[in-house]
Amino acid sequence: MQGVVKRFGDTLALDGVDLAVPAGAVYGLLGPNGAGKTTSVKVLTTLIRPDAGTAAIDGIDVVKNPDEVRRRIGLTGQYAAVDERLTARENLVYIGRLFHLGTAEARLRSGELLDRFDLADSADRVVKGFSGGMRRRLDIAMSLIANPSVLFLDEPTTGLDPRSRLGMWDVIEDLAADGTTVLLTTQYLEEADRLAEQIVVIDQGRVIAEGTPDELKSRTGGALLQVSIARAENRELAMSVLTPLCTGRVEVRDDRTFEAPITAGDRVVPSVIRALDDAGVDVLDVVVRRPSLDDVFLALTGHFASGEEATS
Amino acid sequence: MNRLQATLHDSFVEAERHLRVIPRNIELLIFATIQPIMFLALFAYVFGGSISIPGFDNYDQFLMPGIFSQSLVFGSAFTSIGLAEDLSKGLVDRLRSLPMSRSAVIIGRTVSDLVRNLLTFGVMLVAAFLLGFRFGGSVTDAVLATGLLVLFSYALSWVQALIGLAVSSVEAANSAGFIWMFPLTFVSSAFVDPSTMPRWLEAVANANPFTVVTNAARSLYNGLPVGNDAWLSLAWSVGLIAVFSMIATRKFSRSTSS
Repeated sequence: MQGVVKRFGDTLALDGVDLAVPAGAVYGLLGPNGAGKTTSVKVLTTLIRPDAGTAAIDGIDVVKNPDEVRRRIGLTGQYAAVDERLTARENLVYIGRLFHLGTAEARLRSGELLDRFDLADSADRVVKGFSGGMRRRLDIAMSLIANPSVLFLDEPTTGLDPRSRLGMWDVIEDLAADGTTVLLTTQYLEEADRLAEQIVVIDQGRVIAEGTPDELKSRTGGALLQVSIARAENRELAMSVLTPLCTGRVEVRDDRTFEAPITAGDRVVPSVIRALDDAGVDVLDVVVRRPSLDDVFLALTGHFASGEEATS
Repeated sequence: MNRLQATLHDSFVEAERHLRVIPRNIELLIFATIQPIMFLALFAYVFGGSISIPGFDNYDQFLMPGIFSQSLVFGSAFTSIGLAEDLSKGLVDRLRSLPMSRSAVIIGRTVSDLVRNLLTFGVMLVAAFLLGFRFGGSVTDAVLATGLLVLFSYALSWVQALIGLAVSSVEAANSAGFIWMFPLTFVSSAFVDPSTMPRWLEAVANANPFTVVTNAARSLYNGLPVGNDAWLSLAWSVGLIAVFSMIATRKFSRSTSS
């Protein structure tokens, strides 16, 4: 995807997005609501035409040759796109036949996918009674019926309860292990961190950062040290001890808790404890926190992933 | 598979998806059938005594073809609701990301709705006979009459397809699909002779394609001379299908969940 621009009326949904996913990789497209994630997916899956720029799947242009592209992709959109009047098996066979697999082949593939996605027991039940997690699993199974070379997962866990969400993560991790190329979008930083080997951060229709989860985290300056002391009157003393050991300003969280950036894996923690001890400050607790992608998002955009303005 | 074969194959798969579930929702079928039968009985007994139509000894013989016509036209509203449902549930997005025929989704939908309409129509015809309705002409005439009505209903299904894809929710499709059916079917010759209406309304009623189709079917059912009405109604139906299949398929190719 190169320089892709898409306007809806006055709104610039995509403002020159570049994105390249190597075969076999799992990429996470991360951004808040309205950032342009779904629009990007819709361009790549031939659902909408870009106003400018080019997009291709396996080197095939999505605008010039949409039918060839459609043969190679699987799309699981934001809604579980299943026909809830049909059974799980009927849904799969139906999509298989629309791929012109032939009825026998479609049935065979459906059986395999039902087993693989743990739906075999409910295969012949009408989907209407399925839980959200089961629908999503069926939805992904339907996207895989013709062995696509790229699978698009648009917010695959939105609206799922925590347990189904964990189940869905397992499913996606299995797909990744099998070597399926996956582009997944999410607003959950934790989800991108866990599933994607490479994360593309998108905000207001532009790619604002790209890297592995670790690379992105290191952009905020390594880890965050959190120290709690026993007595508030030692506050000044503790701060003067901490400052030379840290890479940045020591922030006071409350009377007895401080936060400061440190270089991760640099044996800072033992030094901190020793120094505080020598100065006669009773330490209650020391915690090292790797920055969350929320911190990354804040550092990159100046606002939280939820779209609120940062207040400092 | 060439393009035409692919379209037919995909349309068949789509139609089968909808037909397969008809027996699973018997309630829907029963209520869809009860409504026209109720209309038949209500109009026949409530208005039957006070309305007389020149040229017809019996109001029932005039009325019942009108109700057949109205019921079939109302049945086309299923198409807009069904497509709006597929659109809002993201199924249209999925189908549009498949290497399948663009028009097949609507052809499959309209054809399956046509089959359901025919089922309802069959039951209604039996009810009409029980209420005393008789064919005045040959069986061939009656079959032709039914064919004209069914074809017109099918043509309106394509209009409904466009409506279903154009509105933003299933609820909106439900209203938008139904609301224009009332003036369409009442400002017509279905229930009364248009010459009893105010002059301007009579002009509207006579120009209404629904009047043309109803008149053609009524004449054929009663064994009366049908004149140009049969050809005219055929032309209306074919014309509507030609125009709206093009617009609706175009609309489908651009529709995506919001």
